[in-house]
Amino acid sequence: MVNNDFIKLRNISKKFDDVIAVDSLDLDISEGEFFSLLGPSGCGKTTLLRILAGFEYPTTGSVFIDNSDVTNQTPNLRPSNMVFQNYAIFPHINVQRNIEFGLRKEKLSREELNLRVKESLKMVQLEGYEERFSNQLSGGQRQRVALARALVKRPKVLLLDEPLGALDKKLREEMQIELRNLQKELGITFIFVTHDQEEAMTMSDRVAVMNEGKILQISPPKELYNKPVNKFVSEFIGNINLLETSIIDENDKNLTLDILNIGKQDFNKNIFNSKLSENIFVALRPEDISIKKEKIETADINIKGIVKNVSFYGESTYFYVKVEGINKLLMVSNFVDQVSINENDECSLGINLENIKLVS
Amino acid sequence: MISALQKIYVKNDQLKAYTLLSPALILIIIAMAAPMLVMIITSFNTQISMVEIDRTFTFDRYEDFFSKPIFSMLLFRSLKISFLVTVLTLLTTYPLAYYIAFYVKKNKMLWIILMTLPFWTSYLLRVFSWKVILGNKGVINSALVGSGLIDEPLGFLLYNQGAVVLTLAHAWAAFAILPLYVSLDKIDKSLLEASYDLGNSKFETFIRVTLPLSLPGIIGAILIIFIPTVGDYVTPQMVGGTDGRMLSNMIQSLFGRANNFPLGAASAVLMLSSVCIIAGIVTYITKKLTLRMS
Repeated sequence: MVNNDFIKLRNISKKFDDVIAVDSLDLDISEGEFFSLLGPSGCGKTTLLRILAGFEYPTTGSVFIDNSDVTNQTPNLRPSNMVFQNYAIFPHINVQRNIEFGLRKEKLSREELNLRVKESLKMVQLEGYEERFSNQLSGGQRQRVALARALVKRPKVLLLDEPLGALDKKLREEMQIELRNLQKELGITFIFVTHDQEEAMTMSDRVAVMNEGKILQISPPKELYNKPVNKFVSEFIGNINLLETSIIDENDKNLTLDILNIGKQDFNKNIFNSKLSENIFVALRPEDISIKKEKIETADINIKGIVKNVSFYGESTYFYVKVEGINKLLMVSNFVDQVSINENDECSLGINLENIKLVS
Repeated sequence: MISALQKIYVKNDQLKAYTLLSPALILIIIAMAAPMLVMIITSFNTQISMVEIDRTFTFDRYEDFFSKPIFSMLLFRSLKISFLVTVLTLLTTYPLAYYIAFYVKKNKMLWIILMTLPFWTSYLLRVFSWKVILGNKGVINSALVGSGLIDEPLGFLLYNQGAVVLTLAHAWAAFAILPLYVSLDKIDKSLLEASYDLGNSKFETFIRVTLPLSLPGIIGAILIIFIPTVGDYVTPQMVGGTDGRMLSNMIQSLFGRANNFPLGAASAVLMLSSVCIIAGIVTYITKKLTLRMS
């Protein structure tokens, strides 16, 4: 049975002098989950992770790991281990000793130690590097050592603080898949802090989007993308077109909105994920708008525009389209370059009502 | 011709390096290496009268040194005093350097400058001030007698080896703080957190991470203090009394009143070589020891 509140944060706040880094926050993380904390820099995600590790003590609130209150426990006594952003490999000892570093308390024999180190090095595909020192390793290898050093302790929770940030793109993508596989294999709860939404999306079971010390949304990646609860989340995850709109009429079930300056449209209130404030935006993912040279008959809404820019990304092409009455250029994407539309061509944009999201 | 030389010069990095080094190099050769060589040569000679030295090669001065127990005793005392000075200085300055490196957040440089402030006064004055503090009519004794705690001033404060160790430790503290601070300040804080996270207490983290990583600073401080204090003769002369006399005072008198240049030179050579050997051994052992600790 999966323990849904394996990690439990209750009313956690952290103030640094006058700055509120984490603002009365509740969070439950299940056992064996790959959980990401995603947000721009300064949003409090790293502070939250450090509270979990025990490097910072919350100003208010409690932290529970596996049903025990660890709020006031020092890091050395907590059942969590951390992979640091800069890896923090001890430079004065070799890889073998680095990995053994946390095992001294377990009073293992030399053979057992060697076995454990070997196992963990195998786990991160770094066998044969026992004798190396930190300065003889590449960034990716250091990262693996840091991972092995934390995992060899068999923690209940592994905390990862932007561990892939310093790697180049190719290596980062490889490591993302490896990390994900490793987590599935071991079944350890991973809490991963990142500002890279792609990274969070590809690896996680669930992602928490944070801003200004608060969690705005906790969802599986797909839901995060398809049902953002507000404007911030919708903009932070992937590309999106946000168009101002205004409420014309409202009743119990429906909202009538003036959409795209084109016309009135009724919306069922159920499609909203959150309470709506006065400023409502129509949110459209680039792939939710279709583009053609001639009118798109199948679409609910047709708009005319002029293509200003075309960016080719290999698997998809992005068109930036100027539409009368809309300030920003609309971002429209198309998988495979099916349509031969060039810059400054006139085009037709088609939107289906079911693809429209509303955020505020 | 000149342009050809220029070409050679531009291409030759070694030549450029030596050019940059040459002022210092010339100074060291004239003021350090040459006198040292003269001293070594003299140590193999014989003094025959007030002004005359017999230049025939002989090991007799070294035999003189070891046949009279006073010399070995003074050499041993010099090394012992320097060793105690080094230990005392490290014990007092390491916590300070540690505090500045890890707990002072703003104005670290100001702290360092404040720490070295007493050392802007002359070395002689600083040594002399200890005489004022420790003497029979000094600050400590006057206070104790004045308050009625004791009737007679404490005589053991001044004019002994303890006074020499204390004075030298204070005099060299500033030189120890800088290398210690630099090596401690360089330590990446996340390494300490990593150790903490991996189950070590703060004390274990200090022993297993901080101490070995500050080792370059410790060795630097040891060498900076130990090497010059072995040869110090001003401090023992002023605060040491007969009990605090060191080999350097003996060497001074051999080159002065006793007028035996060759024996003085031999003593100096022996002191120099024992310092070199000890410094080498200390460096080696400290390195081995701290590696094992982690």
